[in-house]
Amino acid sequence: MSKRIDVSDLNVFYGDFLAVEGVNITLDAKSVTAFIGPSGCGKSTFLRTLNRMHEVVPGGRVEGSVLLDGDNLYADGVDPVLVRSQIGMVFQRANPFPTMSIRDNVLAGVKLNNRRISRSDADALVEASLRGANLWKEVKDRLDKPGSGLSGGQQQRLCIARTIAVKPDVILMDEPCSALDPISTLAIEDLINELKDQYTVVIVTHNMQQAARVSDKTAFFNIAGTGKPGKLIEFSETTTIFNNPVEKATEDYVSGRFG
Amino acid sequence: MSTLLTERKSSNLTRGRLPGYASYVTAGAAVVLAAALMALAGFNVLGWAVLSGLLYAVGTVTSAAVVEGRRKAVDRLATALVVGAFLVALLPLVSVIITVLINGIPGLLAPGFLGTSMNGVSGIQDNQSVANHTTVLGGAYHALAGSVLITLWATLISVPIGLLTAIYLVEYGAGNKLSKAITFLVDVMTGIPSIVAGLFAAALFSMLLGPGTKTGFVAAIALSVLMIPVVVRSSEEMLKIVPNELREAAYALGVRKWRTIMKVVIPTAISGIASGVTLAIARVIGETAPLLVTAGFATTINFNVFSGWMASLPTFIYTQIMTPTSPSNPDPSTQRAWAAALLLILLVMLLNLAARLVARLFAPRKGR
Amino acid sequence: MSITKQAGSAGGRTGDKVFSGAALGAGVLIMVVLFAVAVFLLVQALPAFTAAPADVTGGRGFTSYIVPIVVGTLIAAAIALVIATPIGVAVALFISHYAPRRLAQGLGYVVDLLAAIPSVVYGAWGASFLASQLKEPYQWLADNLGWIPIFAGPASSTAKTMLTAGIVLAVMVLPIIASLCREIFLQAPALHQEAALALGATRWEMVRMAVLPFARGGIISAVMLGLGRALGETMAVALVLSSGPLMASLIRSGNQTVAAEIALNFPEAFGLRLHELIAAGLVLFIITLVVNMVARWIINRHKEFSGAN
Repeated sequence: MSKRIDVSDLNVFYGDFLAVEGVNITLDAKSVTAFIGPSGCGKSTFLRTLNRMHEVVPGGRVEGSVLLDGDNLYADGVDPVLVRSQIGMVFQRANPFPTMSIRDNVLAGVKLNNRRISRSDADALVEASLRGANLWKEVKDRLDKPGSGLSGGQQQRLCIARTIAVKPDVILMDEPCSALDPISTLAIEDLINELKDQYTVVIVTHNMQQAARVSDKTAFFNIAGTGKPGKLIEFSETTTIFNNPVEKATEDYVSGRFG
Repeated sequence: MSTLLTERKSSNLTRGRLPGYASYVTAGAAVVLAAALMALAGFNVLGWAVLSGLLYAVGTVTSAAVVEGRRKAVDRLATALVVGAFLVALLPLVSVIITVLINGIPGLLAPGFLGTSMNGVSGIQDNQSVANHTTVLGGAYHALAGSVLITLWATLISVPIGLLTAIYLVEYGAGNKLSKAITFLVDVMTGIPSIVAGLFAAALFSMLLGPGTKTGFVAAIALSVLMIPVVVRSSEEMLKIVPNELREAAYALGVRKWRTIMKVVIPTAISGIASGVTLAIARVIGETAPLLVTAGFATTINFNVFSGWMASLPTFIYTQIMTPTSPSNPDPSTQRAWAAALLLILLVMLLNLAARLVARLFAPRKGR
Repeated sequence: MSITKQAGSAGGRTGDKVFSGAALGAGVLIMVVLFAVAVFLLVQALPAFTAAPADVTGGRGFTSYIVPIVVGTLIAAAIALVIATPIGVAVALFISHYAPRRLAQGLGYVVDLLAAIPSVVYGAWGASFLASQLKEPYQWLADNLGWIPIFAGPASSTAKTMLTAGIVLAVMVLPIIASLCREIFLQAPALHQEAALALGATRWEMVRMAVLPFARGGIISAVMLGLGRALGETMAVALVLSSGPLMASLIRSGNQTVAAEIALNFPEAFGLRLHELIAAGLVLFIITLVVNMVARWIINRHKEFSGAN
């Protein structure tokens, strides 16, 4: 299950403030797309509009359309809750539910919605999800322990397992490695490479080497100044972005001249 | 080459400072001087202690002023005042506790105090017990039962309303006008005098069910008016500190908002909420004034909050002191009052301890 | 499989609506209750305002009935605050900045417990223990300082006077003020305190530079909340004070407060007397309302400067 996303003429607002302006982009199915750009350029904000999470912040709204295999996420009558169960998200800081065990964390998306699931199905789902997140071997003996007892990298992979368990079409990752050490980062990057066989993966990152390592395509966002909206400057194959970008700003950024 | 620096006898760093033993010397001198002065005026321990403290304060401040300069002297004066005020504050508070313990223990240990009511106990029995030095009859069972029932009903009313309001304020209101108005009114409610809450409940029920309606339920309504704002405030604080990341994590899994609140937010905050509720119970269980005007004064056991007068520990204490059962021999009544006071304090303390325990028991597990 | 079509679990959406509705309902209910408190008191108090002056207790109308006991309430609260404010702030400071760390937490806990002791217990203590201790001091005050109106003799032989009631109230509000101030003192930014110490400030200078300015709004609001409590406190006064007409001397029996007046008379009241007492309750309600609103206003005004968010 993997779907493509087509975004056309998207403007993102917080109240009256225009945060991101005029984005047109197509994210292919079964591929990894990286968003790069300086801090505050709107890449995380834009990412959150892809599963309507930006609406959680009061005043957050968009103009334009985001199509998931042709269905507009922002059409009238669309339930944001259903959008989010099809487009999952992994956050910057690992946030396992502190009141739940590792097993319950993986099942959270299923259980919280009170969907009935037999014990054997649940066990299978937990194992499959944890295997999918490369975490099964490390935690299979302590599934009933609290998730908050794991290391930072393990917690982040637990969050990915939790996201996979809902069987989404797309996985959004908002700087998933920024709070992790290099070894845990490597584990997550390997995982991302495996995930793209089944999912459309979109990752926001500050780390350009990471973007170069994991992504097929890269989008560069930039901002003209404080108070101005962020814009998509260039979107292309990752090798093109890093080796011979079209835009001057992109070249300056990837070669480390600013940002 | 360079000469080895040996430690100087009088360091530059300690120059102009009182040596460490100075305060002990001052203290000793103050104690002796105070004893001497008290010996002239007639000795008592409390006066001696107070005088010693005063002399010590004066001594350290003046010696600091002479040796160490004005800034140090002011610092020592401030320290003396702060510590002195603390000791002064302890006096009445310790006195309250000692008084209750000394007067309350005999009555509380008297057989039947916890098991009997005041039904059938009149001045005659009290006069007899004083005349014959037999045990004091009658007890606080009816009052204890009344207190527990009234507080239970108040809790049943207050917790759902208070918790839901807190949820509205934190999860749904998000700073809109209505939630600001509610927050303001909750603050105002916190300041309602307890007797006014009692009058409100009494006035409400006298309009609904006719004048003079006094039952345990009316009292529970009065206590709810006092309890709801406490529950709202403490629950609100607890819900606010649940990290937003957890809510977002649940939303990102496609979980409904109300399920997120029920299954993620509340379980994370439950320890704080539960201990807040327990503290609110501890606060209202000692309320007297609203019960005086709503529940009446019963001397018999009544388990029905919807009809008839109902006793409670606070009003029991009040009536036993103000109108002793036997006006000519108030001692048995006084004994019962103090015993009930001790019982009430013990209840409140237990609830406070329970609140801490609850907070620890329900706290999210952090084990590795 | 489109997003709109998949909305099969409509039950979830209904749950959302029901739940948010219930939460909103509870919030609105609180507004209704407070409004009801005001309305019921007003309706039930009305007969006292409109009654013929001769029918009101005292025989000279509601105003001359209520003014003396309102003044008495203010006097009692004033005595309590004059005593409790400096001591309460000092106790808070002791616990937060002077006591040894290990002791401090226990002391804070003790203060919280003392704030939880029911008022009727304080009242019983004041009536039976404190009053008997104060007979001689009052006699001394009357003999030596009798020329000051508030100490005018003859001193009460039971010492159940306004001053005793005020002291009991002070003992009651002291833990409240101390507990609130302690929280605020503990929140004072450590960075500023360390900066002050690094400049060579003594402990007191550090407190004055980095703690008290930060806490000013909090102290004022703690005192105002204590005032609100002292104004509305019933049992301590009802048990301690042997009431009477308004008078300047604090060491003779006399004076009365609104709350105690209600508690003492309500159980036997009927007819117009009932309405009078409810009207007195309304007056008390308005006074405490004003005090609390002023306190909140001060807190909100100071919030912007103190950074206490």
